[in-house]
Amino acid sequence: MIEICNLTKRFGPVTAVDDLSFAVLPGRVTGFLGPNGAGKTTTMLTILGLERPDRGDARIAGRRYRDLPVPLREVGSLLDANSVHGGRRASDHLRYLAESNRIPARRIDEVMGMVGLADVARRRVKGFSLGMRQRLGIAAALLGDPPVLMFDEPINGLDPEGILWIRTLMRDLATEGRTVLFSSHLISEVALAADHLVVIGKGRLIADTTVQEFIRSGSQRPVLVRAPRAGELAERLRRAGAEVVVVDDGAIRVTGMESPAIGDVAAGEGIALHELNTEQASLEEAFMELTRGSVEFHAHGVGDRAGEGR
Amino acid sequence: MTREAAPVRAPRLPPDPLAVGFPDAMRAEWVKLRSLRSTYWSLLAGAVLVVGLGAVFAAAYGSYYQSASPSERATFDPTTISLSGVWFGQLAVGVLGVLTITAEYASGTIRPSLAAVPRRGRMLAAKAAVFAAVTLLVGEAASFAAFFVGQPILALKAPHASIGDADVLRAVTGAGLYLAALAVFSVAIGTFIRHTAGAVTAMVAVVFAVPTVLGALPASWQRAIAQWLPTNAGSSLWTVQRPAHTFPAWTGFGVFLGYTAAMLVLTFALFARRDA
Repeated sequence: MIEICNLTKRFGPVTAVDDLSFAVLPGRVTGFLGPNGAGKTTTMLTILGLERPDRGDARIAGRRYRDLPVPLREVGSLLDANSVHGGRRASDHLRYLAESNRIPARRIDEVMGMVGLADVARRRVKGFSLGMRQRLGIAAALLGDPPVLMFDEPINGLDPEGILWIRTLMRDLATEGRTVLFSSHLISEVALAADHLVVIGKGRLIADTTVQEFIRSGSQRPVLVRAPRAGELAERLRRAGAEVVVVDDGAIRVTGMESPAIGDVAAGEGIALHELNTEQASLEEAFMELTRGSVEFHAHGVGDRAGEGR
Repeated sequence: MTREAAPVRAPRLPPDPLAVGFPDAMRAEWVKLRSLRSTYWSLLAGAVLVVGLGAVFAAAYGSYYQSASPSERATFDPTTISLSGVWFGQLAVGVLGVLTITAEYASGTIRPSLAAVPRRGRMLAAKAAVFAAVTLLVGEAASFAAFFVGQPILALKAPHASIGDADVLRAVTGAGLYLAALAVFSVAIGTFIRHTAGAVTAMVAVVFAVPTVLGALPASWQRAIAQWLPTNAGSSLWTVQRPAHTFPAWTGFGVFLGYTAAMLVLTFALFARRDA
């Protein structure tokens, strides 16, 4: 279990993480979601004691990371897959990590097998693709067989087969009762891989919830209704408290009332319905809705730059 | 890359040790050091410079002895001449020492390294200790080789020393000790500066540039300052005939160790606080 408590981290005038508190529980995969620059990596670095918080702290099973007596057997982490010396053989990268935490050497071969790198274990890392480096980083995280695992953007650089593999891996690790936290800025990926969501924007907590709940809360789902007597129905629904927008002749969009209630109103008035369709709010929409105003880097159209000097 | 990854469920590891410590961190640093080819090339280059240039200097000074003045002959120091290659070989040690830490910053391995050994002082001390130990072994081997290659060359045309002469064994052993201390010094500079280019420049400045610039100053200043320069002070240990205005052998080495310790303490303090 990971507990983040009132974590604040500033870089000069920029507050990267702002009074952030949340807990990551064992037995489920927690997705750590936020736009670029939201503070995900900074939070993870702070958990590992690699960056010092200005305020608050992060604890693993009640202890600060630097106080863990055998850290790699308690927490496995993948930060940047490129954090490997290119001149070193893949197995040697794992060997020094293993030695530092008294992990037996045979475990290196095991994890290399687990991530599918057994054949290239003796090759120097500079020839590795990003996907292979991700797998090596995951092997390093698994080295100490730790109860807590943390992956920063593990999906980057993986091909579809690799993405499916990491998704299954994280699921399996959670099923074994481990605590699994992974970050991503790809909402769809998080929806597929995570049970639970922690969403941050501009360093602040936006949501700490299940994936389903997140979609529900993020936006009200409007219902599209087609009916020959749409105008009349709109009138009735408004009176019943719904918000109605006329789309075109014979179609209205209703918000604030779910489809069964709309159907009941229509039936009560004897109005025939040709279509009654709850529009699916996507996770993307929910995400955009919730993080609006907390996106660090807005994209501007080309026109925005017109008139600016080079 | 093998496409099919094996099932995830792993056999359990043997029971956890209660805690890991400095020896484990040292074993990790040893793996890091010996798993890079640059280590072998740098140490080989250093040893070749110490022995090879030692031989060249021995030949040159041997010839010069014929035309040397009586005072020059009086202070002729065959041991130190045969060890002259240390002035150049130390660059390889300095650059490699800097790289042991700056390469971690450049490649990003500093993060997994510190995640594995979160006690930063422990990690840095282990790194410095392992590199110093390796340098000591290579340095002693190179120094003795330089001595035993250089003396017969000198003997062709000039006086030579034998290992049993007064202070000679101390000087030859001292050259290796000096290189080991320089190894620690360079790890500290690398940690302090973090960037390879900057740290190598600083290292070269300390070892070469500052002594050279000092040569341009008035003689009275030189006499006052020169002996206090880190490498000048340290080199007292591998000198038999002590020139004027230099420290006695162990005092000079003590001064060098003092600089090294100060640099280490400063670096430890910074390293413990900085974001990685």
